[in-house]
Amino acid sequence: MSELEELYQEVIIDHSKSPRNFHALKEANRHAEGYNPLCGDHFKVALRVEGDVIQEIGFEGTGCAISKASASMMTGSVKGKTVTEAKALFEEFRNLFAGESIQKANVERLGKLAAFAGVREYPVRVKCATLAWHTLKAGLEGEGQTVSTELPSTEWEAG
Amino acid sequence: MIRDAFDAVRVRKNFPALNQKIYGKPLVYLDNAATTQKPKSVIDALEQYYSSENANIHRGIYYLSQQATNAYEGVRARVRQFLNARSSEEIIFVRGATEGINLVAQSYGRTYVKEGDEIVVSVMEHHSNIVPWQMLCDEAGARLRVIPINDEGEILTGEYENLLNERTKLVSIAHVSNVIGTLNPVKEMVEKAHGRGIPVLVDGAQAVPHLKVDVQDLDCDFLVFSGHKMFGPTGVGVLYGKSELLEKMPPYQGGGDMISSVTFEKTVYNKIPYKFEAGTPHIAGVIGLGRAIDYLNEIGMEEIAAYEEELLRVATEALGRVPGLRLIGTARKKSAIVSFVLKEVHPHDIGTILDRQGVAIRAGHHCAMPLMQRFGVPATARASFAFYNTKEDVDALCRALGKVREVFK
Repeated sequence: MSELEELYQEVIIDHSKSPRNFHALKEANRHAEGYNPLCGDHFKVALRVEGDVIQEIGFEGTGCAISKASASMMTGSVKGKTVTEAKALFEEFRNLFAGESIQKANVERLGKLAAFAGVREYPVRVKCATLAWHTLKAGLEGEGQTVSTELPSTEWEAG
Repeated sequence: MIRDAFDAVRVRKNFPALNQKIYGKPLVYLDNAATTQKPKSVIDALEQYYSSENANIHRGIYYLSQQATNAYEGVRARVRQFLNARSSEEIIFVRGATEGINLVAQSYGRTYVKEGDEIVVSVMEHHSNIVPWQMLCDEAGARLRVIPINDEGEILTGEYENLLNERTKLVSIAHVSNVIGTLNPVKEMVEKAHGRGIPVLVDGAQAVPHLKVDVQDLDCDFLVFSGHKMFGPTGVGVLYGKSELLEKMPPYQGGGDMISSVTFEKTVYNKIPYKFEAGTPHIAGVIGLGRAIDYLNEIGMEEIAAYEEELLRVATEALGRVPGLRLIGTARKKSAIVSFVLKEVHPHDIGTILDRQGVAIRAGHHCAMPLMQRFGVPATARASFAFYNTKEDVDALCRALGKVREVFK
């Protein structure tokens, strides 16, 4: 596979064209917004958290194929998980882009989400892949927060 | 015919950065509206200055300082000639177009713009021609008025005239849009504003490198441009201002070189243009800018404009044949800047895929978010040309767009 094909894997193209859970959530009790002012990406993530479990999650907004597919696949991965599990999965996802090489255990724990490994070769696109995740984390930590890739308050990946 | 004699392939050889491969593919550089590559003569001028001519200007009594002063002031004279300004004292060296606009906003604006006054810009301005005026308006209690455009990306001149009134203190308008390439009728707009005694600033950042700009013909009161967008170094640019306006404006920054005498009781400011050039300027940058102007003069701005017009025609036609592509900005009078969107593919993804084919374009809002909102798109892909681009570059762009289609099939 060429590096471009590594980046734009079939599953990513599929999720970008037909995003899952791509809707507002009426019964949501957590909301957050994420921006990448440099490229205009903008997502809203809404959650219904009961006890410690993410019962429902939906997202809306616009963005590139990478950011949209990542948001779509993220919603599928965290639904039904506890808040702690979801945050741990985000850490796992971020590790995909960190370090010298990809760890096998990391890939196994990520499952389908490992499709984003190709983004490693495109440092400026790491922000695209993690935008929805940062937004999710903000929503889990406090109601109504806004995160931006260009604000120093969030720990954004190099790019 | 001279036009046929223009040889972009030969000219390209003067630009070392163009002769390289990106991911194994020859570089096709189509981001000239962001910054241009530099000819060898400009690069050499910088090296020569720092190797053997470096000294501070205006103050030294020794040989090197006098040489540096002569070189620096010599460029001022060449810029005057290049813009056809009446006098060299109307040429102020700044960091770039952005600083030039800020200088006018802070100096002219803070002096003459009062509560209830209005400043007029267009919807297609770069953020650098919006934000300095917003800052001024916030401080003064003034209001920013915005000239609308049609769907082709052209100024609605009737609406413009309606916006001008007794409260209007300044019009600030791009000569050429950095996003959609529209060539605005600035001469006519200046005439309309002057009919009401309103001064006009022209943002020439995208015009001065690509067509003959004559400030006396335009009759604009201020004009700004950046060196790095016209094949010169970064960090240097020019503010042109009519001397009668510059004379009555207060200094922008205080410091050395901008004074005649200083005591703790009173400081007497220097005459123009030095009043506006506090501190040691970017001497090497100015010398490099001078060399870039020499280079442009050797080719000829009319030649450049004619060749780029032909490139624009070829690019517009070729892109029009790309399935699912929509051009954003189709003004009748345009500079060689082409913005577009592709059906179902975000500009950011276009940018990444083109990059891997060696084709460098810009994707995003191009520092013109209000214009993106006007066209109802979050971002566009933009190819912007210079005289060293060729029809082969257009072909490479179209081939790379074919690759985008392949990835997103």
